[in-house]
Amino acid sequence: MALDKNQIAQRIAKELQDGYYVNLGIGIPTLVANYIPEGVEVVLQSENGLLGMGPFPVAGKEDADLINAGKQTITTVPGSAFFDSAMSFGMIRSGKVDLTVLGAMEVAQNGDIANWKIPGKMVKGMGGAMDLVASAKNIIVAMNHTDRKGNSKLLEKCSLPITGLQCVKKIVSNLGVFNITKDGFECIEHAPGVTIEEIKSATAGKLTIANNVREMSF
Amino acid sequence: MGLNKVVANADEAVQGIEDNMMLMLGGFGLCGIPENCIAALVKKGVTGLTCISNNAGVDDFGIGLMLHGKQVKKMISSYVGENDEFERQMLSGELEVELVPQGTLATRCMATGYGMPVVYTPAGVGTEVAEGKETRTFTMYGEEKEYLMERAFESDYAIVKAWKGDEHGNLIFKDTARNFNPLMAMAGKITIVEVEHLVKPGELHPNEIHVPGIYVKHIFQGTDYEKRIEQRTVQS
Repeated sequence: MALDKNQIAQRIAKELQDGYYVNLGIGIPTLVANYIPEGVEVVLQSENGLLGMGPFPVAGKEDADLINAGKQTITTVPGSAFFDSAMSFGMIRSGKVDLTVLGAMEVAQNGDIANWKIPGKMVKGMGGAMDLVASAKNIIVAMNHTDRKGNSKLLEKCSLPITGLQCVKKIVSNLGVFNITKDGFECIEHAPGVTIEEIKSATAGKLTIANNVREMSF
Repeated sequence: MGLNKVVANADEAVQGIEDNMMLMLGGFGLCGIPENCIAALVKKGVTGLTCISNNAGVDDFGIGLMLHGKQVKKMISSYVGENDEFERQMLSGELEVELVPQGTLATRCMATGYGMPVVYTPAGVGTEVAEGKETRTFTMYGEEKEYLMERAFESDYAIVKAWKGDEHGNLIFKDTARNFNPLMAMAGKITIVEVEHLVKPGELHPNEIHVPGIYVKHIFQGTDYEKRIEQRTVQS
């Protein structure tokens, strides 16, 4: 069975290490916060100006002045800090954020990512995505392996306008986990019940299968 | 008089804003936007404006209100989704749009307030954003990287919202309503600030000031804040 979005988030959460500062993008990446492993302390950065993002507030405690980058009402945790947008991207640009998790429309086998524009259809803007991908030390993409029409999103080259060049390090899709290597996508884990043949047929870019490929565990 | 920068209200604060001017407007989404000044600009009916703001409001609030009155000629923003009227005007060509990576947008405001004409950033290298821009390679902490040269923004007015401010224009922002507000407050040729709490000099502790009043031209006590929440999300 292919993973659902919560399982993708759960698998990505296993990449979190104690002491990490993490930026989670909108959509599936946001869900990663629900699966932070026990004993692992991380600080969530929200690029609109907060380190130490907490859960959504309980009903009645929403504060219009306290939102995340997806404009959702949120809370803070003890030890949090607010800052302006320049400092927020300052810490991103200077490589202080340990891990960035974001969604994508397409990823190329060399690590290029496209996730901000579909010419003629969707032009909402890049928000902070271009800044994040240009500077983050470690970028994991969370996305479905194929689009709604069944076309692969893991490609030889991106067809959509690029957000950043050669920046993605890893992809966790609904079918498996893939490292970006000099030889393209390397499948290191497959989702439970998903065969290597299924992964091959859903991947348009160059794909290798790691010798020690294994079934994903959570 | 003297250092007292207080004006009576938003109408008085925006008096000098004319057609075809370039404005910076603080806020992230609808969080920390200068509601009173936007209402005053709608009432005043100035047109042909170029607005630098991270977002363009929603259909019936924030900068969206100015879009409905066809007051905006050009938007410079990082993200403009969730706004039907914006999309309609953009696709029909009525509205010119320049999309700028969010960190670049912030830094181009910051640079102005620090008196620096350009910044170099890696954001957008190899993308459409880089078209026509000068690039240079620099090494920082041993890592060689390509950077885009981006110009600092110049604007006729910066219009921001602060939580607290004193009559000299010293400002304190609240929570994530800070966002672009301090950067823009420092960047305007003329800076207008609306505050939730206007106090006397001395009532704000100097250690807690985010933007010193030297950057501020006009300040006023805002009224009737709606502080609309765009994505009300609670624990289930």
